[in-house]
Amino acid sequence: MIWFAWRQARVPVAAGLVVAAAVAVVAVTAGRADGSVRLWLSIVVVVVPGLLGVFWGAPLVADELQAGTFRLAWTQDVSRVRWLALRLAVPGLASMAVAGLVSWIVTWWAGPLDRMGLDQFGSFDSRDIVPVGYAAFAFALGVLAGGLTRRTVPAMAATLVGFTAVRVAFRLLIRPHLLSPVTSVVPLDPATTGYGSGGLWPFIPGPSIQPAPPDLPNAWITSISVVSRGGSGLTNSELARMCPGVHHGSGGGPATAGGAGNMPVPQSAASAWHACVARVATTYHEVVTYQPASRYWPLQWYELGLFLVAALLLAGACAWRVRRIG
Amino acid sequence: MPGFRCQPGVSGRHRAGTGGSVDLSPVDYVIETNGLGKRYGRRWALAGCTLTVPAGQVIGLVGPNGAGKTTLLELAAGLRRPTAGTIMVCGRVGFVAQDAPVYPGLSVATHLRMGQALNDRWDAALARRHVLDAGLDPRQRAGRLSGGQRAQLALALAIAKRPGLLILDEPVANLDPLARRQFLDSVARAVAASGDGVTAIFSSHLVADVERTCGYLILLAASQLRLAGPVDALLARSPHGTSLDDLVVSCLREAAR
Repeated sequence: MIWFAWRQARVPVAAGLVVAAAVAVVAVTAGRADGSVRLWLSIVVVVVPGLLGVFWGAPLVADELQAGTFRLAWTQDVSRVRWLALRLAVPGLASMAVAGLVSWIVTWWAGPLDRMGLDQFGSFDSRDIVPVGYAAFAFALGVLAGGLTRRTVPAMAATLVGFTAVRVAFRLLIRPHLLSPVTSVVPLDPATTGYGSGGLWPFIPGPSIQPAPPDLPNAWITSISVVSRGGSGLTNSELARMCPGVHHGSGGGPATAGGAGNMPVPQSAASAWHACVARVATTYHEVVTYQPASRYWPLQWYELGLFLVAALLLAGACAWRVRRIG
Repeated sequence: MPGFRCQPGVSGRHRAGTGGSVDLSPVDYVIETNGLGKRYGRRWALAGCTLTVPAGQVIGLVGPNGAGKTTLLELAAGLRRPTAGTIMVCGRVGFVAQDAPVYPGLSVATHLRMGQALNDRWDAALARRHVLDAGLDPRQRAGRLSGGQRAQLALALAIAKRPGLLILDEPVANLDPLARRQFLDSVARAVAASGDGVTAIFSSHLVADVERTCGYLILLAASQLRLAGPVDALLARSPHGTSLDDLVVSCLREAAR
């Protein structure tokens, strides 16, 4: 039994270890001075789980169904579910191990850079333990896609699309709400508040007043808004009413008249904007929601757990599907 | 050693009995179907098939392409679940699927090892002997075997289980005349050698394949069971001088009408 589980998985497992070794070699030989290496290694960590799902998971059952060898495999004494468990165990655990290994190498390599960057949530997906959960999920998703489509190439495509969709949706819709964010209310600071279109123009025209993010190193700022004491957001028309004349122009940074990175503005425009923000600040304030830096590890564990549970549910669905084929 | 156990095939909407196993000893049949039907999409591949297949014989399942032979055999092997009716199969099944699928990347020896790993009962010596007698190199990758060699490997896997029922689905359809003859002879030898009342059932669209080896004939045409019985009895019922081929052809003509 153990022999069978291992025999059909040893080639992909060897390939996975080669990939991990290649990442290690790149990491060790490349210096930390070149910023693009950090970016590329992060991309590798993000991409590896999906590739494992596409190349290990999707063909696992689909190949058998497509080539007809399921008629050999499923007419032996072991039940289909037992057979599936034997086929899943080694590559499933190996995909988690490969993703974990690659992530561990990159996390180690990028550690000094990440500590300087003070943006641990910016590389949340490509560090530490969450890639293990992604790999388990992608693998199980691939196996299920193979059982449903019965064809290897469509199963691979479905796995890639499905996995990407789940990851993006999780990042945008679920991760920000896993732990309820901390809300911080600060007065609007005329010295650091800029002017811009905001939002996702033209879909969500945001306020034209752009407060600077508060100084929260390593925290994940999920939203910044300008809200009145009554709780309503600042609209463009309200801004235009409070500051007639400033509502023209193409936006820009805080009116600091020549601060680093900002276009120098005429002193008159700077003081007009300064006065405008000060006026707005009498009724409006800045509301920031964020995940504090200390939530990094709880969120890593939480997300890992959710993806592992989802992977187990998918594996159960695979068993259900394999039993039903016929 | 457990006696033959009779159990429903993979049950469909119509469950056979309580789903448990029933001891029937001594066994006088290996397959019993009742109103068995299988539908793919809107087409019935097999319909209203009520049949009892006796034990201890070599049985030929004949019919034109698309008559439902593969469906009936795959239902018996538990690969498919019935859409209607029930099927009971007695004893362990050794199954050689159509075109004898094998894993192209695995060697002959690895296939045998796999059979050992996946089966409760396994006669490793028999499997090895069969493979060597058929002239296969155990180190050869299965993807490089000829059609006849692949069929022999699949047969080795099926008989090493020491099955009570050996099912072969069109085992010789794609073989040249010599390989065809060799394969059918090795099936006959395997059945004779097993000695403990193994039943073999194999399908073909050629009556000639069946005539030489089989004592019992089942004829399917257009998803329906047309004829089933011992070859001797079927011929005795017919006008003197009728060959098995004549009998099958006249049955098929009748079915086409």
